[in-house]
Amino acid sequence: MQHTSTQDTLVGLFVASGVVGLFFLAMQVSNLSSFVEEDSYTITARFENSGGLKPKSPVSAAGVKIGKVRSISFDPTTYEAVVQMSINSQYNTIPDDTTASVFTAGLLGEQYVSLEPGGSEVYLQNDGKIEITQSAIILEKAIGQFLFKSAEEKK
Amino acid sequence: MIQLLQNLGATTRTSFTKLGRGTYFLLQTISGTFSVLLRPRLLLNQMYSVGVLSFLIITISGLFVGMVLGLQGYYTLSDFGAEETLGVMVAASLVRELGPVVSALLFAGRAGSALTAEIGLMKATEQLSGMEMMAVDPVKRIITPRFLAGLISMPILAALFSAVGIIGGQIIGSGLLGVDEGAYWSQMQANIDFRDDIINGVIKSVVFGFVTSWIALFEGYDAIPTSEGVSRATTRTVVNSAFSILGLDFILTALMFGDD
Repeated sequence: MQHTSTQDTLVGLFVASGVVGLFFLAMQVSNLSSFVEEDSYTITARFENSGGLKPKSPVSAAGVKIGKVRSISFDPTTYEAVVQMSINSQYNTIPDDTTASVFTAGLLGEQYVSLEPGGSEVYLQNDGKIEITQSAIILEKAIGQFLFKSAEEKK
Repeated sequence: MIQLLQNLGATTRTSFTKLGRGTYFLLQTISGTFSVLLRPRLLLNQMYSVGVLSFLIITISGLFVGMVLGLQGYYTLSDFGAEETLGVMVAASLVRELGPVVSALLFAGRAGSALTAEIGLMKATEQLSGMEMMAVDPVKRIITPRFLAGLISMPILAALFSAVGIIGGQIIGSGLLGVDEGAYWSQMQANIDFRDDIINGVIKSVVFGFVTSWIALFEGYDAIPTSEGVSRATTRTVVNSAFSILGLDFILTALMFGDD
């Protein structure tokens, strides 16, 4: 087999194109560009029912994404769902009387945590706890209640 | 009946012997890695014939697969009014499955069969024994560079396949069918995870590259040194590679994407 410099160039181009392809996949296709681990702090909220919330679900305030759900666990003593959230450090002025609610984006969309700031001047620190929470609305439950109610009214 | 049992036993034994020889061959091949790294020229030449020459078939197939995914996905998704998620569908199916699998199948057909035929013919024309006569280890000199070249080229080719396919899907989706281009990319970025999807796809393609190169080289090395033997070995390479790729793909998928 002859050793030509054209061959070397082609191999070089081949490897470079592979790197470019992978880079393209990483940056353009996946969420890596937004994945860069920013400084964040953790706050915890307890929900009666966390619905379809999953780790990595967005946490938003006024519709803007400010963090994500880190973990969800079940507390066997209080029977509540303990949701840990990482909030970007730049948003460090969340009052400690903030309300956390689990909402659904659209009728069938993914679930997210929405924070509605209260009026307190004391801000949540790392490992802070949100006391006021509102559980996820379970669609089946709501429909059931609605049907039950309308049946009651007809009597 | 006894005859049947005897045949069954013999077949089982030969296949296990072959697997054993294959494993020994693989270990020998891997142990030659160091001496190949001392002579990168050998590796470079093989990267050319295994990787660069497969470039065209992989990119063109990738483009068409992506375009077909764009078309089919659009027709199905538009029934549910969810055309915006076309990007996610195209990217997820390419990065997770079709990229590694289809490019490995093409690689087995394009490069694997060529490797088997080359090695088999070297054996048939006694070039390998000639090397041994000159105290050159044919495994280190001939086999290992080809093996490493396959191992390195496969992930590159799979990444190219996926990247070109996604662009193909975009050409059809937003160029021809009118899916919003911003939605195509932003939905994709929101739903494809680098760690879970892309890295797992790359791992898959490395495994496939490993297995296809191993099968191709071993079949060639183990071929009966006649023209018929070489032709049979080439067929076996393509068939066995296809089986192993698809079987392993199932196992890997179950392992990687199981708990989501």
